[in-house]
Amino acid sequence: MKARVHVTLKPGVLDPQGKAIANALHGLGYAELGDVHLGKYIELDVAASDAAEARARVAEMCERLLANTVVENYAIEIAD
Amino acid sequence: MDAAVIVFPGSNCDRDVAVAVEAALGRAPHMVWHRADSLPKVDLIVLPGGFSYGDYLRSGAIAANSPIMGRIKAAAAAGTRVLAICNGFQIAIEAGLLPGALMTNAGLKFVCRDVFLKVERNDTPFTSGYSQGQVVRFPVAHHQGNYAADAETLKRLDGDGLVAFRYVDAAGNATGEANPNGSAGNIAGVFNDARNVMGLMPHPERLAEAALGGTDGAAMFRTLLSKIA
Repeated sequence: MKARVHVTLKPGVLDPQGKAIANALHGLGYAELGDVHLGKYIELDVAASDAAEARARVAEMCERLLANTVVENYAIEIAD
Repeated sequence: MDAAVIVFPGSNCDRDVAVAVEAALGRAPHMVWHRADSLPKVDLIVLPGGFSYGDYLRSGAIAANSPIMGRIKAAAAAGTRVLAICNGFQIAIEAGLLPGALMTNAGLKFVCRDVFLKVERNDTPFTSGYSQGQVVRFPVAHHQGNYAADAETLKRLDGDGLVAFRYVDAAGNATGEANPNGSAGNIAGVFNDARNVMGLMPHPERLAEAALGGTDGAAMFRTLLSKIA
């Protein structure tokens, strides 16, 4: 099973990289652009008997390593 | 008494800190590879600076899950002193030994220069070589040293006296200009609740002898190691 994990900074946490990207896009003329947030995308191949089990295992991986839950949120998608 | 310096793949201040420890202790510390499954009996563990695992995923995150870290957590819980410098601070935070998080510097730049720090309290094993409120000069060299924590944690750090050092100007004022990385409350270093674990972004070992251009860092090693002996 393929798990896709998106790790993003929690709202309100200073995101200097997102800010730098937003400044660059404003420089390119995209005046309509508001905030930009940079996150991480992680793909995992997980052997599991069903999607619920895979999700639970990946959530554990997120809590233990993939995300720093002090400042980051994570979202998990499971695909066959 | 004895000390151990933990070496991770990518540590690059392990030998510098070993020199500072040896100068203070009179003999070399144990150099312990991160895959070791046992820790020598020591009174001080140092997590040195560097770029463990190339800072992949997040600074310190992978090293925080190295086999030796279980031993270090147990030793810390039993009262062994742990000094965590720069990448070591990032590792200690990721391992849950210290509160908060270390984010990318607010200015996005790698900052490499000397900074002034205020000693917030000198009644700890790490800071007893300084006077209360003393301003010292240590070098910083990091890209992810922007200390962050939720409002409740920051309040607790202040209230419980768990801030070890703050970035200040030469006169001792914690101004925005004196803050090299955007850290909340100008925090440069923190203690755990029991104050036997201290993490800081600046490098005391890099100004620990006159030949390096300053000796402000030497007092930390001298008192840290002599008090235990």
